[in-house]
Amino acid sequence: MSIKRIDLLICCGSGCVSAGALRIKEKFIEVLNKNNIYDEVNIIETGCMGPCDFGPVLMVYPEGIFYTKVSPDDAEEIVNEHFIKGRPVKRLMQQEKDSTLATKEEIPFYKKQIKVALENCGYLNPERIEEYIALGGYEALVNVLNGKPEDAIETIKRSGLRGRGGAGFPVGMKWEFVNKAQGSPKYVVCNADEGDPGAFMDRSLLEGDPHRILEGMMIAAYAVGASEGYFYIRAEYPLAITRIKLAIEQAKEYGLMGENILDTNFSFDAFVRTGAGAFVCGEETALIASIMGQRGQPIQKPPYPANEGLWKKPTLVNNVETLGNIAPIFVKGPEWFSSMGTETSKGTKVFALTGDIRNTGLVEVPMGISVEELIYDVGGGIVGDRKFKAVQLGGPSGGCLTSEHLDVKIDYETLKEKGAMMGSGGVIVMNDSNCMVNIAKFFLEFSVDESCGKCAPCRIGLKQMHEILDKITKGRGKPSDIDELVTLGNSIKQLSLCGLGQTAPNPVLSTINYFRDEYEAHINDSACPTKVCLDLMHFNIDKNKCIGCSLCARRCPTSCITGSRQDKFVIGQVDCVKCGNCLEVCPVKAITKESGMHPDMKKHLEKLAQEALEYN
Amino acid sequence: MKTLADLKAIREKAQKEMKLRNANVRIKVIVGMGTSGIAAGAKEVMKTFLDEIATRSLTDVVVSQTGEKGLSSMEPVVDVVEEGKPRYCYGSMNVEKTKRVVAEHLVNGNPVKEFLISTEE
Repeated sequence: MSIKRIDLLICCGSGCVSAGALRIKEKFIEVLNKNNIYDEVNIIETGCMGPCDFGPVLMVYPEGIFYTKVSPDDAEEIVNEHFIKGRPVKRLMQQEKDSTLATKEEIPFYKKQIKVALENCGYLNPERIEEYIALGGYEALVNVLNGKPEDAIETIKRSGLRGRGGAGFPVGMKWEFVNKAQGSPKYVVCNADEGDPGAFMDRSLLEGDPHRILEGMMIAAYAVGASEGYFYIRAEYPLAITRIKLAIEQAKEYGLMGENILDTNFSFDAFVRTGAGAFVCGEETALIASIMGQRGQPIQKPPYPANEGLWKKPTLVNNVETLGNIAPIFVKGPEWFSSMGTETSKGTKVFALTGDIRNTGLVEVPMGISVEELIYDVGGGIVGDRKFKAVQLGGPSGGCLTSEHLDVKIDYETLKEKGAMMGSGGVIVMNDSNCMVNIAKFFLEFSVDESCGKCAPCRIGLKQMHEILDKITKGRGKPSDIDELVTLGNSIKQLSLCGLGQTAPNPVLSTINYFRDEYEAHINDSACPTKVCLDLMHFNIDKNKCIGCSLCARRCPTSCITGSRQDKFVIGQVDCVKCGNCLEVCPVKAITKESGMHPDMKKHLEKLAQEALEYN
Repeated sequence: MKTLADLKAIREKAQKEMKLRNANVRIKVIVGMGTSGIAAGAKEVMKTFLDEIATRSLTDVVVSQTGEKGLSSMEPVVDVVEEGKPRYCYGSMNVEKTKRVVAEHLVNGNPVKEFLISTEE
């Protein structure tokens, strides 16, 4: 018998897998076998380690060396140098200015993070219940089962935990409602219908530490008196589905799930239901309908699911991240949890950082951290030499914050006050090359597509808003459009039935609030200041710089560039399709993007309008 | 599983398998695996350490490797590092010597003086 001397942890979060993590694993197996040390190394596929931008990432224990941007070809060098000769490969470590960062602890990305829900994510093997137990897993459940359900509810209340799905409802209170509700059986539902563009918190948690979510669900079930649980996971998350199913099986094998668990009266079974990927099914009543096999449409509340949920029985619906916070609260105590965060928002929050930011990835920070710390200290700031412009919090339901708000503390109330929202934790960072009108249009387009169509304000109103935005980005906006958008947006927010409609106008309203000048430039000056909206910008050749080489003319797909070596070249603005080929090929950089519609194009459009009038 | 004690038993067993990732190890054994170390038999020494530690279920010992230490004539060289104690360095190790080091030093805490080449405070 021989024991292992090296633990090789390969991040197999979706980001690293798509960057080739599985090929790296195969290569390691091959190289280790070749060197006859395969049985000395434990190869472990873990969940997301966080810094997706540096993927694929690996960790090697006992030293705790952190390798980034590894390719299959590097396996040979890591095995020969590090595993055999004990010389960690510096080349593959994170480089910071003039120093090399060998371990995770040294990397700034991790420094301001506090991991609660993500504690084990990227550290344990998510497919082995034994590793979860080794790290203290299921102790909270065993202790809770030896006490009264009311005590468990009291503990959660004292911790101040609020729902992590977006709305931030106090979790203890929700549990109490379901506990006191009349009816039997009762159900617990884990909402894993994560749908906002750029969000992958729930997926990473389910993939990286499924037993923690399962344990959280079982504690919740005991507290509210439920005997069955459902995981509602979208079908786009196949790995999350596989892992949670495996976790359920393993828990059953160990007698942690089933009839009379640990000789108590508590029996529990859990099931997985896959969703077809409709954003509206993240709304709890629509989600419940979908689990029951009905069309995923929200219904009026009350009755709340706490009283009439699945099959009209009392049902507790909690988000993945909420359940991920339960076990540690029981192990470390509610006071420990409430010592983190702000007055009203306790604990930590997981965010998915995306966009024009250096360290894209999965992070967990204490509530009350400032926007600046999140973007610059954890996120590493803006890519390249661009400037920070805005950050969208809460995805298509949220709003944006600008450079004026860098000192804003991130908690439920403050964000709401500033027109953004916590949402489920998607953070999209934008640099100054983004057109905010276009961004608002993008998010609204998502909501228009995802509206279930049940109520008119959302179905028709959002479409109207989208049409107005589309006209504005095409240079056909009217000065009254901005007020029209605000009126429409506010009506939709007030009149819609569910959270989708009630929040969908937020991206438009908040961009109008903070970037009204951009809307005005689009409408009044027919100009997109960031040169993103194609109808409101044009390409121009600087005659003083042009050397008449004709490369641009030859690459132009519409042959609208004409000229000669003597006369230099010009773009025929009316026929230009703004493909940008000319800008790319110009050897002397004589071609630039200019904001605003070209006067020739304006004249052309006026002429067309005149002709249309005469024709009618 | 029926009680907290059962859970703790499973936990202890599983922790052994995860000890490499745990920062709280008592003793670290570092085998010099430079070119000359390997030529002198460091791989067998390493293997013996791993086997012996597994057989004796020493859960708080990890074995790690390092490069050339510069003392080629005394290879294979093995360092035994323990918090709050001097760093013991053994030289000219082989399988038999390794077994004695595991039994006498790692288990009983008595460094094997005749194999030592240096003791750094």
